[in-house]
Amino acid sequence: MIKVIFFAALREQLNCSELELNSENLSSVAKVKQALIEANPQWQPILKNVSLLSAVNHDMVGGESPVKSGDEVAFFPPVTGG
Amino acid sequence: MTTSIKTNDSQRVSIQKHDFNLGDEVALLEADNHEDGAVVTFSGRVRNKNLGLNVKGLYLEHYPGMTEKLLEKIVDDAKNRWQLGRITVIHRIGQLYLGEQIVFVGVTSKHRQDAFAAAEFIMDFLKVKAPFWKKELTEEGENWLDAKAVDENKAQQWN
Repeated sequence: MIKVIFFAALREQLNCSELELNSENLSSVAKVKQALIEANPQWQPILKNVSLLSAVNHDMVGGESPVKSGDEVAFFPPVTGG
Repeated sequence: MTTSIKTNDSQRVSIQKHDFNLGDEVALLEADNHEDGAVVTFSGRVRNKNLGLNVKGLYLEHYPGMTEKLLEKIVDDAKNRWQLGRITVIHRIGQLYLGEQIVFVGVTSKHRQDAFAAAEFIMDFLKVKAPFWKKELTEEGENWLDAKAVDENKAQQWN
């Protein structure tokens, strides 16, 4: 399984803070995103936003980064702390 | 309640709901520290206006685990660039109201230049790298803040 979590405005737009996906055939962050859209077509315009950032196991990564079973994949908007 | 605190001899990163006291933080940076002649601190507070809206408060969300990791990395990067003594970074989360403190960065060094530069560097990268998000509560409604290009440009200047 892959744990997927969402933060801030994205979490509110999707009305979802976290979920789990079967990791079969999900070899990259981009494929995780695609699987989320296939399972929830209404999420497409939100998840296709190019400014969204992603992290795997707390490291900021790009869409082509590999994922494997047991990983935590996070999607979130650009950060605004400080 | 402290959600995370990591400490060693010379650096401390804390993500917490509760407030901090500037005097106490300076005292910790200075206690038994006779090597460093310079102490630079920055604190950020909730202000009353943003983008023409009347701000009443902020809600601060973060990504537990990743936030601490990023802040430790920023502190390590600063220590690799300058000769620093002690470093403290505190960031509050949750509901904060007008005038409340949000963030603290304190740095000591032998001479002022290193402490000034490192404090600015840490704040610049905290703003664009650490996974915190602010939701603004205004008299006109609630909204998540957008990241600003000016902050990204400021951090890029260190490259």
